Amino acid sequence: MKKDFSKATRLILSLMAMVGIFFLLFWLEGQKSQYGMLISVMQKGVILSIAAVSMNLLTGFTGLFSLGQAGFMAIGAYVTGILTIPVDRVDSVYYVNGMSEGLKSFKETLAVLPSPVLVALALIAGGLVAAIFAGLVGIPVLRLKSDYLAIATLGFAEIIRAVIASPQLDKITNGSYGIKAIPGFDLGNGRGMLLIPFGVAFLCIGLIVLLIKSSYGRAFKAIREDDIAAEAMGIGLFKHKQLSFIISSFFTAISGGLLAMFMRSIESRAFQIILTYDILLIVVIGGIGSITGSVVGAFLVTFAKEWWLRFFDTPLTINGVQIPLLRQGFRMVVFSVLLMAIVLFYRKGLLGNTEFSWYGFLTWPSRFFKRKKPVSATPGEGGAGDE
Amino acid sequence: MNKQEANRKIVLQTEDLTMQFGGVVAVDHLTASVYEGEIVALIGPNGAGKTTAFNVITGVYTPTNGRVRLFGDVIAENKPRGKMKELYKGEDADAYSNRIVLKPHQITKLRVARTFQNIRLFKALSVFENVLIAHHTNLKAGVLRAAFHLNGHEEKMMAERSMELLRIVGLDHLADEISNNLPYGMQRRLEIARALATEPKLLLLDEPAAGMNPQETLDLMDFIGEIKDQFKLTIFMIEHHMNLVMGISDRIYVIDFGKQIAVGTPAEIQNNEAVINAYLGVAE
Repeated sequence: MKKDFSKATRLILSLMAMVGIFFLLFWLEGQKSQYGMLISVMQKGVILSIAAVSMNLLTGFTGLFSLGQAGFMAIGAYVTGILTIPVDRVDSVYYVNGMSEGLKSFKETLAVLPSPVLVALALIAGGLVAAIFAGLVGIPVLRLKSDYLAIATLGFAEIIRAVIASPQLDKITNGSYGIKAIPGFDLGNGRGMLLIPFGVAFLCIGLIVLLIKSSYGRAFKAIREDDIAAEAMGIGLFKHKQLSFIISSFFTAISGGLLAMFMRSIESRAFQIILTYDILLIVVIGGIGSITGSVVGAFLVTFAKEWWLRFFDTPLTINGVQIPLLRQGFRMVVFSVLLMAIVLFYRKGLLGNTEFSWYGFLTWPSRFFKRKKPVSATPGEGGAGDE
Repeated sequence: MNKQEANRKIVLQTEDLTMQFGGVVAVDHLTASVYEGEIVALIGPNGAGKTTAFNVITGVYTPTNGRVRLFGDVIAENKPRGKMKELYKGEDADAYSNRIVLKPHQITKLRVARTFQNIRLFKALSVFENVLIAHHTNLKAGVLRAAFHLNGHEEKMMAERSMELLRIVGLDHLADEISNNLPYGMQRRLEIARALATEPKLLLLDEPAAGMNPQETLDLMDFIGEIKDQFKLTIFMIEHHMNLVMGISDRIYVIDFGKQIAVGTPAEIQNNEAVINAYLGVAE
């Protein structure tokens, strides 16, 4: 039997952690002048964690390797952006070509809604548009396997980006000028810069976890394990792959919408293939097939890349001797080396395909030290939070 | 026997079933019937086209020519088309006109389940999950209801039935084990349990005794008999172990190079000259 705490203990620990995180976020929001860097890195981390978990739903749980994330994020970001720019700022944002009349009047009717409702609707609308695209693209593309699917979805993402930037859509997406003046995270009283993205992420990831734990999630896993056997057990391959693709795209687009609100101004260049790679990296680092792994990975990668390693980017002089190598861009070299180290030592990612467990987490230090004693002959296992 | 057969329902019937890959005819005019409650074996030397016949019946391949009926309904029908028109080597090219192709999962929903020659379990998942997943095909709840876990009763029933099946096949004590860690014989049993979870009426077993020692084979023979009675199954199987085939089958079809060379009871097959020639070669 697996060792674990009782269900009640786990529930209490999780609730305590959630309340703790809530108050921590609440407190941090109040100190934004002091912890500005930390707050913005946490925002980006939590936004990317939604995209990473959605990608994991597809890659880690359904076994579909898709590289279309940036495209779906772009859809979400643009839909959210266009719907949430304040009406009085529209003319200054679309100063070159103006916004199409129909869209503008639609926005004017929407303006009666209170802003949190509008933001929520805009995020969901972005998700739905992406889901429709995913449904259409999925019909031809999901018949492909492994690498071919990856290349086809990659192509789709690039097409989306090119279409958004095309002059024909100037009056809707503002073409290559991008969209500015997107309202940030604000509950109206200067609060919400952390609570909104964390709340949305909690909802989205919670829904994905519920789906994975349902019968459909098990069907996804069956397809990942052996599609021929899955089909012989009565699981319609196309239907379930399509379902996974659509749901994943929906949440990816919500993550894109949040990213637009985080960045305040977006342009199509922000959604290049490099964004997909960032998310793929998070999924691989966290562990393909581990939801908690993706969340941990998202924060770890964002923190390391945007904050902890900044030190390497600033030239440093000690006693008149300039330390070599420390200069703009060196951070990324160190980052890459760290990635290689993680992939070498934790071949299946930090959490492998297991999930975070309180038992594993709280007893990890003792097991870690036990492992070093020569007496215990059992070889240690790979993941940090393994069960 | 014949009188009995006349009164029994035909579960599976293949008519002139032909499967040709390019110029190679893997299954050649196989006309076979499986009656309700029977255990029928399909035997033949290696490469005779037995597994291909199974793959056509379960919808993995579309037949080149011929028809497959399940409980009287056509589940596959085709005639040579396109390039195959010129390549086709068999007869009756115009006997069938419709093109009816069901996907494997649709055929499973019609109460046909199968196992595989080279075990195809969901390796990284637990024994319990392997069986639980097979219940998905009969799930009534839609995605949203299932995702919000509003089908608690259904989930509970599925879990209970899975445990029950594991108990029947004697794997309940290993429910939480990763299926890939099981010994070979148990993996075979688990595969059968998983197939049973789809609630089949016709069970297709592709070499269930492959790689088993004589004792395990004997156990398997009893086991197949037990589940047949308990689940009111009709069984169609491919097998090489002659002890098993002769001990358990009601009727046997023998094919060689895709062609049916004999059909009959075990006693008839054992003395059939064509069968002996196919297995041992013809004396010069």
